[in-house]
Amino acid sequence: MSTLVIAEHDNSSLKAATLNTVAAAQQLGADIDILLAGAGCGDAAAAAAAIPGVGKVLVADNAVYEHQLAENVSQLVAEVAAGYDNVLAPATPNCKNFMPRVAALLDVGQISDIIAVDSPDTFQRPIYAGNVIATVQSADAKKVITVRTTAFDGVPAEGGSASVESVESVHDAGLSSFVSEEVAKSDRPELTSAAVVISGGRGMQNGENFKLLDGIADKLNAAIGASRAAVDAGFVSNDMQVGQTGKIVAPDLYIAVGISGAIQHLAGMKDSKIIVAINKDEDAPIFQVSDYGLVADLFDALPELESKI
Amino acid sequence: MKVLVAVKRVVDYNVKVRAKADGSDVDLNNVKMAINPFCEIAVEEAVRLKEAGVATEVIAVSIGDKSCQEQIRTALALGADRGIQVDVDTAAEPLVVAKLLKGVIDKEEPQLVILGKQSIDGDNNQTGQMLGALANMPQGTFASEVVIDGDKVNVTREVDGGLQTVSLNLPAIVTTDLRLNEPRYASLPNIMKAKKKQLDVYSADDLGVTVTKHLTQVKVVPPPERQEGIKVADVDELVDKLKNEAKVIS
Repeated sequence: MSTLVIAEHDNSSLKAATLNTVAAAQQLGADIDILLAGAGCGDAAAAAAAIPGVGKVLVADNAVYEHQLAENVSQLVAEVAAGYDNVLAPATPNCKNFMPRVAALLDVGQISDIIAVDSPDTFQRPIYAGNVIATVQSADAKKVITVRTTAFDGVPAEGGSASVESVESVHDAGLSSFVSEEVAKSDRPELTSAAVVISGGRGMQNGENFKLLDGIADKLNAAIGASRAAVDAGFVSNDMQVGQTGKIVAPDLYIAVGISGAIQHLAGMKDSKIIVAINKDEDAPIFQVSDYGLVADLFDALPELESKI
Repeated sequence: MKVLVAVKRVVDYNVKVRAKADGSDVDLNNVKMAINPFCEIAVEEAVRLKEAGVATEVIAVSIGDKSCQEQIRTALALGADRGIQVDVDTAAEPLVVAKLLKGVIDKEEPQLVILGKQSIDGDNNQTGQMLGALANMPQGTFASEVVIDGDKVNVTREVDGGLQTVSLNLPAIVTTDLRLNEPRYASLPNIMKAKKKQLDVYSADDLGVTVTKHLTQVKVVPPPERQEGIKVADVDELVDKLKNEAKVIS
């Protein structure tokens, strides 16, 4: 048995999601190799080679993989996957984009967003926005899996010395091209890897009021998130959305401000270690999952909290 | 330009779904069913393309038993021109759905196929991408903007930390994210008109597809309960608890 893990990276550095995915792969009990596709991605490949327990790192370094276009990357992954029993990738927006394409090219089903490995062919995954957890068994000889990263503690980033081999295959499907990218420049930590997350909901009333979260986020080095209701209402952009259809987070401290606690949102944050809820409605469902609930008007509580931490 | 839009019949998003006591499946007895919210956004986008004079015909397709004709009629009431039901009796897996949709593409030869990014029942987020691979079409997933430009479509996508724009050769696949548009409500006259629109039914055989099973649902259980915590009286107590009890801030 052998397992191929697809690395998540931005060409210059390896993303922590790769470490969580290796952790999930270890539970399958097979040898693990990593495939890293990008352009000018030598540093990220070196970081992948330092992960303990990895046999080899396969690097496809070519301009056609620079922007992770699904049409190109999926063909590469499907080709490399021929030699493996399992293909695992983190359930990040990037890997969610190309992994089902890989599964279809291999004519197998994909098991999305697993949160536990029961056996090498049986997995647990949340369905219905996390209202129920399904146990599913795969009949395919080759397993294509995406991993909910917050459900697996990452393996150490250092200590290994895997060999690095280059993959020369160049797959340019000729169907798509990269035009532009608009990535918000922020000094804050990334939502999915921050130790502290503070999120606002519909109770924030408008996008302007999200500034009330800034000072607290600065002091706690927190990432700022939002509920789907706040995104739907147009207060903030969708990449801030925490929930089943947005980002899944599990920080040490999660502060939910003006968020009622729809199941959709809870599915994205309920694995946080400590949850704080600030809401003026004492019956809000968010209080059923919070460790510390403060029934208060957020417009009073936030400035006070900022001044006292 | 012909646009194919896929719609799925799912539990209404307001329904809180529970596992059956015996853990065999979720309990869907007497619950309200609706068109999947992301599919609704897909229909809206297709109809807007038609209203803008870009699309000439919008075809709504659904895979399922006869009951999914209700969701096809909803799409027709929202402005789709005609419907196709691919009749399968059990809940088909994403790979099978993608194969059936590929069969419909072969018959209809649309220039653009729009689907929701995921359905709120299985939460798989697979079908559009799989269809892209099977039909050898490019894909613009998690779309927040779709602009047709001659024989290409520019799709702006929701990615980590921001937006990415890709240019795709037509025919292409688009899957919708939340911010793409705000779907309209169907008016009563349009609901009445939708009843008269053409709706064809195909079997998997008609499309040359064998329905296969790759995954078996062994059981479903409720998620682990989180212990309810305490209410604090004021901000001072909250800060004290976070510092001295939870020790998550210093």
